[in-house]
Amino acid sequence: MTDEVVISTHQLTKRFGDFVAADQITFDVYKGEIFGFLGANGAGKTTAMRMLCGLSTPSSGEATIAGFDVYKETEKIKKNIGYMSQKFSLYEDLTVLENIRFFGGIYGLSDRQIKEKSEALINQLGLASHGHKLVGSLPLGWKQKLAFSVAIFHDPKIVFLDEPTGGVDPVTRRQFWDLIYAASDEGITVFVTTHYMDEAEYCNRISMMVDGKIKALDAPITLKQQFNTTSMDDVFFELARGAQRGD
Amino acid sequence: MRTLKFLLEKEYKQIFRDTIILRMILAMPLIQLLVMPLAADFEIKNVNIAIVDHDRSPYSQELVSKIRSSGYFVLTDFGSSYRNSFEQLESDEADLILEIPQDFERNLVRENQQSLLIAVNAINGTKATVGGSYLGSIIQDFNGDIKADWITPQGLNQTPLIDINNLNWFNPFLNYQFFMVPGILVLLVTMIGAYMCALNIVKEKEVGTIEQINVTPIKKHHFILGKLIPFWTIGIFVFSLGFFLIARLVYDLVPAGSILTLYAFLSLFLVAILGVGLLVSTYSTSQQQAMSLSFFFMMIFILMSGLFTPIESMPEWAKVFAYANPVTYFIEVMRMIVMKGSGFKDIQNHFLIMTGFALLFNTWAIINYKKTS
Repeated sequence: MTDEVVISTHQLTKRFGDFVAADQITFDVYKGEIFGFLGANGAGKTTAMRMLCGLSTPSSGEATIAGFDVYKETEKIKKNIGYMSQKFSLYEDLTVLENIRFFGGIYGLSDRQIKEKSEALINQLGLASHGHKLVGSLPLGWKQKLAFSVAIFHDPKIVFLDEPTGGVDPVTRRQFWDLIYAASDEGITVFVTTHYMDEAEYCNRISMMVDGKIKALDAPITLKQQFNTTSMDDVFFELARGAQRGD
Repeated sequence: MRTLKFLLEKEYKQIFRDTIILRMILAMPLIQLLVMPLAADFEIKNVNIAIVDHDRSPYSQELVSKIRSSGYFVLTDFGSSYRNSFEQLESDEADLILEIPQDFERNLVRENQQSLLIAVNAINGTKATVGGSYLGSIIQDFNGDIKADWITPQGLNQTPLIDINNLNWFNPFLNYQFFMVPGILVLLVTMIGAYMCALNIVKEKEVGTIEQINVTPIKKHHFILGKLIPFWTIGIFVFSLGFFLIARLVYDLVPAGSILTLYAFLSLFLVAILGVGLLVSTYSTSQQQAMSLSFFFMMIFILMSGLFTPIESMPEWAKVFAYANPVTYFIEVMRMIVMKGSGFKDIQNHFLIMTGFALLFNTWAIINYKKTS
């Protein structure tokens, strides 16, 4: 973790008609940091994240991602980020290797790079003997790990993970976080949303979103001290119970 | 270009892995071309007729046997009660009633005139009209025979001597299949364009993979080309399969004009109709929506294309729709090239209009396809 800022937002806002989904969000994320983005359902996490990925145009405010402007330079942003959505989004009717090849290819990797890197990748994931299996036939936990690896296959500066571990068992979650740490060690900034408070503890810093606004932003340990509790659960509860919005 | 290569590679792999799509690509042209031209035939046969003969004379017998031997009618009732026959008409067993009055023969001979009653069940309009006019011409013919019988021996010939000989150009034997098969080929490629392409894109939306594509640096036009090219090639393939295999081997249909010109137009038409599919996909978020939308357009495109009913006989307002329909032009071109042997010069306007359609639909779709919301 360095002082180099890779994500910077200033009063970033997204409105859908009268509804303010994300309300004047301001924060910075540093290079190599694991940044947890927390909030109750409907708090506006996904909306904020979609703006940062260039999938959604902000209504007002400013933001730069990897040094590029979210209004004018979305295509440049897209070259420098990886994204893993809530919905599993690899092609189930392609094999493991074909998926890797496809996503590597569209990010402009050469055939040789793709070949070498994909071999290394499936070995690392323990999928060496499953390279020619259709992704649809893999168990969910493997799919998630594969999806993450594909999202950082082109060595992006930042990877955005939208609830990446939904529905997987604790062991697989642990393994998933090992992958996240490894990516962070290589200097990739990880921006992750989650509902699991144990995962929040793994982050360098977390922000808490309530009703479209950021209510708290600090290291987990500082937040616990600040709210005078020992668990992140309590911190979350303290902050989120005033929420007007929900499911 | 490299991006496009990877997109195409992926698309073809997915299509060839989908056994349902593969089967559709192979079975659709075979079945549609084998079944439809043979069954969906406008020639009316088997008109059910009930004859009421109050006369029972040699002449009336002769008329009846003439009707029966024409091959177009099936006699469902032969009696002397109009009421009985009318019951058959009411219960849909008979399409027509022919009533031969009493003294039919006597009046014919003596007064040289006699009227007959034809009652028509007009629920099935086409069958009734066509059946009625067949019957009319048989009676006319019968009339001629009688007159000839009676008058010729006396040396006076009052039968009109004008004899009309028809010469049918471009389809000398009035083979209905020659007319239908080219049209059905058009239908086939229209289906592929409008349905398969739209469903494929919307499926990516539904599954969520499009979101993953949208966060990559893939350019809009690359993505769209990556979708259009595979279905364009499938369209060409299905057309060729139907054209060279079925139309030639089964129906003996050998195009009178240039195959090259035909394929040039087909290629352009596919771009236009794939544009429609693309447009549908940009407006739908689920495969159901895409299905319903495509179905809506397909129905209009097909029914208003002149495939089944001539555009010339549509009302003026309907002609506007027919000529705002890309399928119309391809059917015209198909029939012109295949049956008439028209060359590029004859269809250059069609080329121009189809280029317009292709540009319109695709530009609209590209503008409406959003990577960012």
